[in-house]
Amino acid sequence: MSVRQPLPRWADIALLPVLNLLLALLVSGVVIAIIGQNPFDALRILIYGAFGYGEGIGFTLHFAADFIFTGLAVAVAAHAGLFNIGAEGQAYIASLGAFFVGYFLDGTSWILVLPLAVAAAAAVGAFWAFIPGYLQARRGSHVVITTIMFNFIASAIMVYLLNYILKPKGIQDPSTVNLLGAARIPQLRQFFSFFGYAPLNMTAIFAVLALIFVYILIWHTKFGFAMRTMGHNPTASRYAGISNSRLIMIVMAISGGLAGLVAVNEVLGVQNKIVIDFTSGYGFVGIAVALMGRNHPVGIALAAILFGALYQGGLELQFEMPAITRDMIVVIQALVIMFTGAMEGLLRPGLENAFMLYKPQQKAEAVARETVGTEG
Amino acid sequence: MSYEELISMLAATVRLTTPLLLACLAGLYSERSGIFDIGLEGKMLAAAFGAASVAVVTGNMWLGLIAGIVVSIVMSMLHGIASITLKGNQIISGVAINFLAQGLTAVLGLAWFHQGGRTPAPPAGGRFPPLIWPGADQFHGVPIVGPIYSVLFSGHNIIVYIAFIAVPVTYWVLYRTRFGLRLRAVGENPKAVDTAGISVPRLRYEALLITGVLCGIAGAYFSIAQGSGFVNNMTAGKGYIALAALIFAKWRPVPAMFATLLFGFLDALQIRLQGVPLPGIGPIPVQFIQALPYVLTCVLLAGFIGKAIGPKAGGVPYTKDR
Repeated sequence: MSVRQPLPRWADIALLPVLNLLLALLVSGVVIAIIGQNPFDALRILIYGAFGYGEGIGFTLHFAADFIFTGLAVAVAAHAGLFNIGAEGQAYIASLGAFFVGYFLDGTSWILVLPLAVAAAAAVGAFWAFIPGYLQARRGSHVVITTIMFNFIASAIMVYLLNYILKPKGIQDPSTVNLLGAARIPQLRQFFSFFGYAPLNMTAIFAVLALIFVYILIWHTKFGFAMRTMGHNPTASRYAGISNSRLIMIVMAISGGLAGLVAVNEVLGVQNKIVIDFTSGYGFVGIAVALMGRNHPVGIALAAILFGALYQGGLELQFEMPAITRDMIVVIQALVIMFTGAMEGLLRPGLENAFMLYKPQQKAEAVARETVGTEG
Repeated sequence: MSYEELISMLAATVRLTTPLLLACLAGLYSERSGIFDIGLEGKMLAAAFGAASVAVVTGNMWLGLIAGIVVSIVMSMLHGIASITLKGNQIISGVAINFLAQGLTAVLGLAWFHQGGRTPAPPAGGRFPPLIWPGADQFHGVPIVGPIYSVLFSGHNIIVYIAFIAVPVTYWVLYRTRFGLRLRAVGENPKAVDTAGISVPRLRYEALLITGVLCGIAGAYFSIAQGSGFVNNMTAGKGYIALAALIFAKWRPVPAMFATLLFGFLDALQIRLQGVPLPGIGPIPVQFIQALPYVLTCVLLAGFIGKAIGPKAGGVPYTKDR
């Protein structure tokens, strides 16, 4: 057997994810066929629903903003070798920060509310992720387990607060009061009728800023270098004089802060109040988005738009083909996580072989090696 | 609270502990072999759906149970292919399995039964009945011992007993058999096992097979023993509680039973305390009790009460030629 050559860069960052995505879609198509529906019709409706008209595009981009936040949250942690499964809980609890800024500044202007809400939500989310970070760095418990636990703890706290503390009198549903004034972050449809009733709002600007922030942080700062070093080899980073434990705590806080921004987008941008389970799994989509986007902001932006399209198209699909509910999107999401994340080894070796066969110099090399082998 | 009430609450504890215990032991086999398994939740959910579907159609509880086990094994083998053969990330694979189960059960449930993702209740014979021990009714009147015999011990379905029998069996397998010794070794030092001429992948697949069986039984318990029919997301995070219990028990079978009993008791307490004011404190929000297992596990993991250190080789795919 010859020595395996790594894939060319473009194949590694573009071709492989696309092939894995196609594989996931193929399996999903089989599932759709099994329940007696036409997968091609489904795909057509899905694509039209996501990109076919202004309102669809608005929804797609709105979901994409959420997924950019959670995708970046997972990716930042991943660069430091940490797996943050807690974006869901971090976003949930961060809604407290976003809501209270909105609540107290409801009489001012959204230009004031938006940046402060972003800061407050990020701070609360960062705090919620910092604790597992601290527990790993100083007490040696694994963030994977603790962030899962913290999702449940966050959920319990929020259910309690919404049911007993924050719920205004005389309202049945567990939720906070409606914010009616400046705390409503303007939606783009107020300026462009193109977007119909889509909830895409000014918070999306922060999604773009977050992408740029993460790019600079990871590849153009000393801190980013330190965290990537730790991600590749914690022993090396320690010998290089980097404090791993300090790094873990800061990285987790940044990760949680990014996840927290989902709260601004949803609570102040759409609902205007905190409702039970408003995060509806967006934190977990972040895992798929980060895997698919290879933990790079450009990839994450594209993957987030893809998942935004799946979510919006999935809603549309539910109307057109009642047999296919939004749960089908969860299946696709699971398959994407499986193929791009855990079963990467499925396609990679074959692809590597294919590339070796079709690269002239490698073929020549291989032939030379074979010849030497037979002569010796 | 009267004595009768206490006993009936303990009986409820036993019933609520059963799926936790089965899932916890399932995770124990997998993690002791060096394969992290955060997909317990997904396997149980898929098994609950499989068991309910077959029990509804055939009206046979045993076929339902077998279906649940088969579905769970398939999921477990998927985890095995990803994390043993393809040497992928075990955490990511587990996450994927959880979502796959959540999505597939809802999609297939709606397509097959047209009831918004739930299945109808299985017909008579499709559900495990409570087993009344001989003389349970007569003994009930005996003070102190009577209720213990007739309420706490008697009157559960067979899966409850299977779960508690699985504890000594697991202990025996783990510490008294050759397979158990190898299993523990492969989770600590797979190289040593490999050097002894034993196949690491094979051993790990065997462990995942047992994991699949136990999760399958736990899943069936939800839909055709404790409950009647499948409801969307009916495992409701129990797989994660089992995972927490596994850590709490430091990956050992007998402590696993006590940890799951503790978490099962908290669950029973939570149901009992719903809306009941306690003297001097007022009503306790159930959310605090619900969050307690997770908080306790975090506190334990942080080393504030003892130290939980998992199998050394956990999460690392084994590569022979290094």
